[in-house]
Amino acid sequence: MKVWHFTEMPYPYLPPLDEVSTMWVSLPSRIFDPKIGADLYERYLDEYVIADELGFNLMLNEHHQTATCLNAAVPLTAAILARETKRGRICVLGNPVANRGDPVRVAEEMAMVDCISRGRLDAGFVRGVPYEVFAANTNPAQTVERLWEAVDLIVKAWTTHDGPFSFEGRFTHRRAVNVWPRPYQSPHPPIWITGSSDFEAIRKVASRGYTFATFLQPHDSVRKMFDAYRSAYRDCGLPGGGGMAYMPLVYTADSEAEAEKGARELSWYINVKVEPQYRNPPGYVPVALNVKALQGAYAGRTAAIRAQGLEFQKEQGVVVYGTPDSVVAQIKRFHERVGGFDHLLMMQQAGFLDHQRTVRSMTLFAKEVLPRIAHLTGVAAPVGAAAE
Amino acid sequence: MLDVVGRAEETVAGIRLELRRVGHGRPLLLLHSEEALECEPPLLDLLAADREVIIPSPPGFGGSERPDWVSAPDDIAYVYLELLDRLKLASIDVLGCSLGGWIALEMATKEPAVFSRMTLVAPYGAKFLGPAERDIADIWMLPPADVIKRKWFDPKKGERDYKAMPEDKLSIIARNNESFARFCWEPYMHNPKLKHRLARVSAETLFIWGEDDGIVTPAYGRTFAEHVPGASFAMIAEAGHYPHIEQPAEFMRHLRDFLA
Repeated sequence: MKVWHFTEMPYPYLPPLDEVSTMWVSLPSRIFDPKIGADLYERYLDEYVIADELGFNLMLNEHHQTATCLNAAVPLTAAILARETKRGRICVLGNPVANRGDPVRVAEEMAMVDCISRGRLDAGFVRGVPYEVFAANTNPAQTVERLWEAVDLIVKAWTTHDGPFSFEGRFTHRRAVNVWPRPYQSPHPPIWITGSSDFEAIRKVASRGYTFATFLQPHDSVRKMFDAYRSAYRDCGLPGGGGMAYMPLVYTADSEAEAEKGARELSWYINVKVEPQYRNPPGYVPVALNVKALQGAYAGRTAAIRAQGLEFQKEQGVVVYGTPDSVVAQIKRFHERVGGFDHLLMMQQAGFLDHQRTVRSMTLFAKEVLPRIAHLTGVAAPVGAAAE
Repeated sequence: MLDVVGRAEETVAGIRLELRRVGHGRPLLLLHSEEALECEPPLLDLLAADREVIIPSPPGFGGSERPDWVSAPDDIAYVYLELLDRLKLASIDVLGCSLGGWIALEMATKEPAVFSRMTLVAPYGAKFLGPAERDIADIWMLPPADVIKRKWFDPKKGERDYKAMPEDKLSIIARNNESFARFCWEPYMHNPKLKHRLARVSAETLFIWGEDDGIVTPAYGRTFAEHVPGASFAMIAEAGHYPHIEQPAEFMRHLRDFLA
């Protein structure tokens, strides 16, 4: 199992939350103090460098018009880490290609990061959370269609080495695609795609040998997704290596009391406030889910998890926290419950969690947890083998 | 009681379209709004009292298919023009509400002879102001409660008891919402070309507007009417975006005068 450090680079210094109706889309930028912002960028990037030295791989993402994520242009931070780190792989999870009008530009950015890092890039592509369609103006009913057209175009751009090709799709038209540089890795960096309840999409991800990633879901949901992935690759093989990735919030501490305190601070991320119209724009989820929304039984994917509280989130594997022994046990239990997986993506910093306590948690994990879970297997496990 | 002559399907441009024909008399094409509120009593009873009301569902709405190439009201207009050819209906009267009014205008600018008289209730479709000014309130950015207040003079009329509806009806509502966003998300609720094509309209045209429409204001409606040759403009008090639903008697008075 590979482990990855992740922070969404939050800007937590907001007015009291009862005075703010939303942290996404329409929160005025006058609240952002650039001097504090500069300090935060420096700190979060420093923590990635420390993570690299501790033996973590590094995961980055991108969001827009939000205090929850200052990483508004992930190729920039990926490029910085490509220079400032030496060992860990760099996973961009992901490039919001449904929301970026120019997939060829994304192919160029990722190929540059791959070359600068000497082949340490994992390139993820995402359709983006619902709030993003407001910042990008992407048609919410077309995000899946745009995602896959962009992925197809980017892969073709990365793997065509004998001069330009033309592309006239539904969303992108280019007369001469001829990307320089080509990626460092051959045929191209590993590709990751995120998802949740769309099993047809999960099977598509597996059949192409891409890694499938899902975030902050209860273990029985994750099991269903990973089972769908496994059954698909057993039918088709995994031409690109593939893999399954899961992200919980993770806080490791010297005592259970300190761990719970850290976990509550990380929960800032799950308790983010967003106005209702941004959570489910028309057509973002399938008609069947919107029928449930009309019946009042669906309010967005994370709402149900948020409502249940920290104990439930720990039991479900959404938040992992405790002493090293406890964290090892929770990860092994989750690994067994979901039938094994390959990548543990760890949000180890969120909200107000400060530098010192973030690094203490990361260090404890690297020294005392990682050696005891590194052997856990995912897609490499023989078919039918018990996990762990 | 509605005299339903038929509920059928027509295949037009390779698309299976749902088509209802209600009542008897001179044909009236009803291009319904995005919420399809016009397709039910009491308004439909009033419309069908002395006319045959022909009600197609646009691709992606009701029981009509939606191929991917249909991505804007402009595309729907071509599908409907072919439908009218198929039904051998030329120079007919049309009532278009909201999105349906926009589709009617797209049709009338492409093939002006298709309509004799055109009644448009609070149509979208054109942009008159600058790039940083909103012509049409952004119903997808506003909190849902605000949208209802802007749409209705009496917000109670905008309330729907979805929990009491059967799933097949909810599926149609959810799909209609999705298709509406698919066709109208960007450019938001307008076709940048339409304003420049309005001079082609040859049908006699009446715009009807709710005095309290907070989605598209009466000022927008007056500007719209000024761009359509010879068009007249009527306002209905104590009504929002759906004056024909909120004030059906007053609306029918305007419509009957116009169509007399």
